[in-house]
Amino acid sequence: MKVQVNGEELVIEKPVNIKEFLVLAKAEQPEYVTVQKNDAFVERSKFEETFVEEGDTIEFLYFMGGGSR
Amino acid sequence: MSLTNEQLERYSRHIILEQVGGKGQEKILSGKVLIIGTGGLGAPAAMYLAAAGVGTIGLVDFDVVDLSNLQRQIIHQTQDVGKAKVESGRETIAAMNPEVKVHTYNEQVTAANIQDIIRDQDYDFILDGTDNFPAKFLINDACVLLKKPFSHAGIIRFQGQTMTYVPGEGPCYRCVFKEPPPKDAVPTCRQAGVLGVMGGVLGTLQATEALKYILGAGQLLTGQLLTYDALTMAFRKVKLPANEDCAVCGKQPAITELFDYEPPTCKLRNTRVG
Ligand SMILES: [Zn+2]
Repeated sequence: MKVQVNGEELVIEKPVNIKEFLVLAKAEQPEYVTVQKNDAFVERSKFEETFVEEGDTIEFLYFMGGGSR
Repeated sequence: MSLTNEQLERYSRHIILEQVGGKGQEKILSGKVLIIGTGGLGAPAAMYLAAAGVGTIGLVDFDVVDLSNLQRQIIHQTQDVGKAKVESGRETIAAMNPEVKVHTYNEQVTAANIQDIIRDQDYDFILDGTDNFPAKFLINDACVLLKKPFSHAGIIRFQGQTMTYVPGEGPCYRCVFKEPPPKDAVPTCRQAGVLGVMGGVLGTLQATEALKYILGAGQLLTGQLLTYDALTMAFRKVKLPANEDCAVCGKQPAITELFDYEPPTCKLRNTRVG
């Protein structure tokens, strides 16, 4: 089953919830990442009940500070 | 306002552009941009905006130039080490384009002063060049509450991101990133490093958005997060939906006045991040 993660294809064996998917897809700092599934934000409280399935597009949006000092 | 011969020559490469012309250059000359943080992002942004002829530039920073800043904060020179960053920034801009009026705010932005700073010259556009999340959220909230457009950007290691907020035209920073991560949870440039040029790329993109906003040209990065990975040379745009439940710009905002996530302090230099 193919899904898109941050523009790249990833093959997973079966549908998994977002919490598991964060591990499978090696999200950095999964506790702070913002997740989008098919252009909609997924609330952190819904990570366990939201599943990633064939053809889904997932985006991990990371905190980036930097700049001043 | 009509352009002098000297201005016609100085800005000739702008004026020849269909999207700028004499009228657009006049808009730039009467434009007012506030740059918060004169570091990796704010330094190149300030320089390009000054070179472009932005009439009024505000610089906010409470720090002094450190030797370790010079690898990327190109508005500051070796002889400026130890000098207030806003002063060093003012001098560089004055040498580059003396007709730019520079207003300096040698202080840290806080819930208590940020609205006054933005209102001081009734800035048209705000550029977030800060390095820490409490400041980034404060700038977002202030701009939402004062209905001011602003550009967010962040850089770390070989990566950067930027988005533009325009009131009523898409999500704010808080729509995407609800609240700051715990202190020190997300590495900063000081802890993780940053390739010096990253500020040049992202800061210049922010300056580009400011100029486009002033000119009313093209499409801004509203409702989109642009990410840049220098190692793979990949730019990506991620569509961002507006978030009706956003705590500051949503339908029933919980945040109706500004607050500081960390108590403001003048002694941050011992515990500073970034
Ligand atoms: Zn919002």
